[in-house]
Amino acid sequence: MNKTLAVLCACAALAAAPAAAALNVMACEPEWASLIRELAGDRAEVFAATTARQDPHRIEARPALLARARRADLLVCTGAELEIGWLPLLQRESGNAAIQPGRPGYFEAAQFVALIDKPAVVDRAMGDVHAAGNPHLHLDPRNLLKVAEGLAARFAALDPPNAAFYAARQREFAARMQPAIARWRSDGAALEGVRVVVHHKSWSYLVAWLGLEVAADLEPKPGIEPSAVHLAQVLDKLKAEPAKMVLRTPYQSPRGSRWIAERTGIPDVELPYTVGGSDQARDLFSLFDDTLAKLKAAAR
Amino acid sequence: MQRNLWCAAALAAAIAPAQAQNAKSFNPDISLILQGRYVNGKDIDDRHISGFVTAGHEHGGDARGFSLEHSEFTISGNIDPYFRGYATFALADEEVEVEEAWFQTLALGAGLTAKAGRFFSGVGYANEQHPHAWDFADQSLMYQALFGGNLREDGVQLKWLAPTPVFLELGAEAARGQFFPGSEAGGDRNGAGMAAVFAKVGGDVGESHSWRAGINYLAARPVDREGEFHDANQVEAHTAFTGDSKAWIVDFVWKWAPFGNPRERNLKLQAEFFEREEEGELSCEDNSADGGACTGLADAYRSKQSGWYAQAVFQFVPRWRAGYRYDRLDSGTVDFGANPLENEAFKPTRHTAMLDYSPSEFSRFRLQLEQDQSMQGVTDDRVILQYVHSLGAHGAHRF
Repeated sequence: MNKTLAVLCACAALAAAPAAAALNVMACEPEWASLIRELAGDRAEVFAATTARQDPHRIEARPALLARARRADLLVCTGAELEIGWLPLLQRESGNAAIQPGRPGYFEAAQFVALIDKPAVVDRAMGDVHAAGNPHLHLDPRNLLKVAEGLAARFAALDPPNAAFYAARQREFAARMQPAIARWRSDGAALEGVRVVVHHKSWSYLVAWLGLEVAADLEPKPGIEPSAVHLAQVLDKLKAEPAKMVLRTPYQSPRGSRWIAERTGIPDVELPYTVGGSDQARDLFSLFDDTLAKLKAAAR
Repeated sequence: MQRNLWCAAALAAAIAPAQAQNAKSFNPDISLILQGRYVNGKDIDDRHISGFVTAGHEHGGDARGFSLEHSEFTISGNIDPYFRGYATFALADEEVEVEEAWFQTLALGAGLTAKAGRFFSGVGYANEQHPHAWDFADQSLMYQALFGGNLREDGVQLKWLAPTPVFLELGAEAARGQFFPGSEAGGDRNGAGMAAVFAKVGGDVGESHSWRAGINYLAARPVDREGEFHDANQVEAHTAFTGDSKAWIVDFVWKWAPFGNPRERNLKLQAEFFEREEEGELSCEDNSADGGACTGLADAYRSKQSGWYAQAVFQFVPRWRAGYRYDRLDSGTVDFGANPLENEAFKPTRHTAMLDYSPSEFSRFRLQLEQDQSMQGVTDDRVILQYVHSLGAHGAHRF
């Protein structure tokens, strides 16, 4: 990484371009918009294509998003097919050569992280599985450190005059994130082995990081809405082997998790999932502060 | 030069992780649409829209009882860093039709995208949708009368997206124009037998609403385009039209989803309007042997016709959607000059209601009820049961 940065700094010096105006950056999800603000500060103008209340799987390539993509210098997305239903269309129809796949103006966070839940066989009979692995990678904060490194390097590549600035911001971000991760981990030590019911595989990284245990999934198959039959099966399973709570994101219907909660007496918990998903989750740090606080309150 | 090369190589190394792709990516995306239906309705031999010239290329769907609709086979992928290719073949018994086969530029930049080959024209809102993406089992009467379903073009398209906060897209197309409202002979020329221009604007209103509106103009130059009318003696007469066909289309779509999250509930309102003027020469084949009034005369022809539809589709719970559509056309004025022909003056209408259930994103079952009064003197109450399934890579749908 350092070598890359050195190379980029050298490039910057050689190019000796005048300081460019702020980069116009479009983030596919709010967590990346937040990371961009951490790394680029006022050197980037950030627009988040989705909010915490929107399902990143199911967004439409709306005219407003096309107009934004047209003017973007950099597109920062999760990748791993999370945005497959709308992003390819947005890229193609934007008339913006810079943000096409394979160009420096298109950044995929998933390329910098080892993905989990990689299916051995990909068959639609298994639901809406992602061949590349589970894309909800931002909920393990250690992944954020890796993505931040890649992203800072990309900023430097696109905006060489400010390369040193981005590198410094990235070091500073890591210096704050590393102790925070240690704090969350020790804070959440009591959560190890706690059984949770999930709604979709949105929580796999959080579960793996904190050592939670998934007791059941409200979705019969990934991407398939919870059915009455399946919920009844989940209820039976929980009667035999109880769980502590039911987790859902702000964009999922509360119906399924409330139904289970009412019949088992365990709390249904809406976690922020991403930045903006609760009043408390204003940036990447408070996202995990709030997530840990809510998990601990529910596990008590 | 040396310095730049070195920089480029270093830059490429820095972004290398983004290029890592699995081997599958080198194969194009392949998908197959399976569609079939059961229809209960009146036994009508010669389905048409009264007062309108029959537009070619009907997509089946008129058969009663059980029937298989066209199966759509699509292959698409990036050709190289500069171009993307796409082809859809409609498969039916003893028939393979090239619905679309085109390439598109990816690297022009400056908001420009060019497309060439056979493609669904960018005019209107519904025109670029394939039958599997329709919200009803059949196409609106407006599109049936205008294009016989969808307007296809063999030609080129250039689109420009403005660098403005509000979505503004301008497009222009030049094509052979062998498909209705053009004609086979009209395409056989140096230059274009059909041309179109369009402008679309759109945006969001708050978090929950988004919209797009468009204005479109289409001009075709058919030569000897075949048609059928009744003559003064009420005998069928075959005609050939040569001249200009010009149409204006206005399209509008409004979508609502709470907080912009369509998972649970969403509403889509859609309406389009057209007006078409045709002017030129119409010759009527001699049918005096059958007791007809035509003698092979060619004389001036002029028509002005219009129509519209409006529809609403509401997803009220996950998996379930209900919709209603109203169609209305106006046969307007048709002037045959000295030709002894008559046009039925009629205002075709149709009411359509549908309910569909989608177990997943890739499967759908639909029940449709319609009261079709598009043929003078006939009211056809139809019930349609339909399935639409998609296998393989399923590309993103447009807004």
